[in-house]
Amino acid sequence: MPVKVMIPTPLRAYAGKREAVELDAATVGEALGRLTSEFSELRKHLFTDDGKLRSFVNVYINDEDIRYLAKENTRTKDGDTISIIPSIAGGCCS
Amino acid sequence: MSGEAQLWISMQLAEQIRRHGAETYPHECCGALLGRDNPVSAHSSSDEGAEKPQREVLALFPLVNRRDDSPRNRFSVTSGDVRAAEKEAARQGIDVIGWYHSHPDHPARPSEYDREHAWPWYSYVIVSVAAGAPTEITSWRLADDRAEFSAEEIAICQRASV
Ligand SMILES: [Zn+2]
Repeated sequence: MPVKVMIPTPLRAYAGKREAVELDAATVGEALGRLTSEFSELRKHLFTDDGKLRSFVNVYINDEDIRYLAKENTRTKDGDTISIIPSIAGGCCS
Repeated sequence: MSGEAQLWISMQLAEQIRRHGAETYPHECCGALLGRDNPVSAHSSSDEGAEKPQREVLALFPLVNRRDDSPRNRFSVTSGDVRAAEKEAARQGIDVIGWYHSHPDHPARPSEYDREHAWPWYSYVIVSVAAGAPTEITSWRLADDRAEFSAEEIAICQRASV
């Protein structure tokens, strides 16, 4: 099923400078998997070394946060838009 | 990552970041940097004389620090805040090019926590606020491999913001 993944500005350099990538996937996790196998440099910015989505990476499907759906198992439909939205964190000392 | 990254910002906007840091002291402040990356087209020649900004801050979007639990040494900007900042940037015809925050009573250098949570490409501006008074202001970019931050020169310019 073709879905569109929107790439946030800070990651476009790792996705052939594209704003969006269209690919076939049945779930959000599959879409992100296909995306990062096509653009392997994206992987370390989206996933931790043990393959979990980083805490500051937010994934929305048509404006709904997948944390409140079935997370990466959320099923996709034809024409869905998946958006990767940053959250920003930091602090002065560890 | 180029070793010569530079961030242009007007005196007024730099002062606004410093003031925000003083206002929220002893808590951390945070906000978005709105502006342009590579505003000069690739074909422009160098014979124009004056230096051209490769990345320039044109407006700020101050935010509320969401870390109520430890606001003195942490800040957080939710994805909703990020979307609001992007929307405001789009309204002004520019982009979110980075983020600023303060380090109350700590030097203006990124912490390990900053690095772990950073995104590439963005400029991360840090202002040190010592005993309530803003001091040093620095800017940083994360390396492609996430291993470290590189310092980015801040060029304070006189031009009025757009
Ligand atoms: Zn910090």
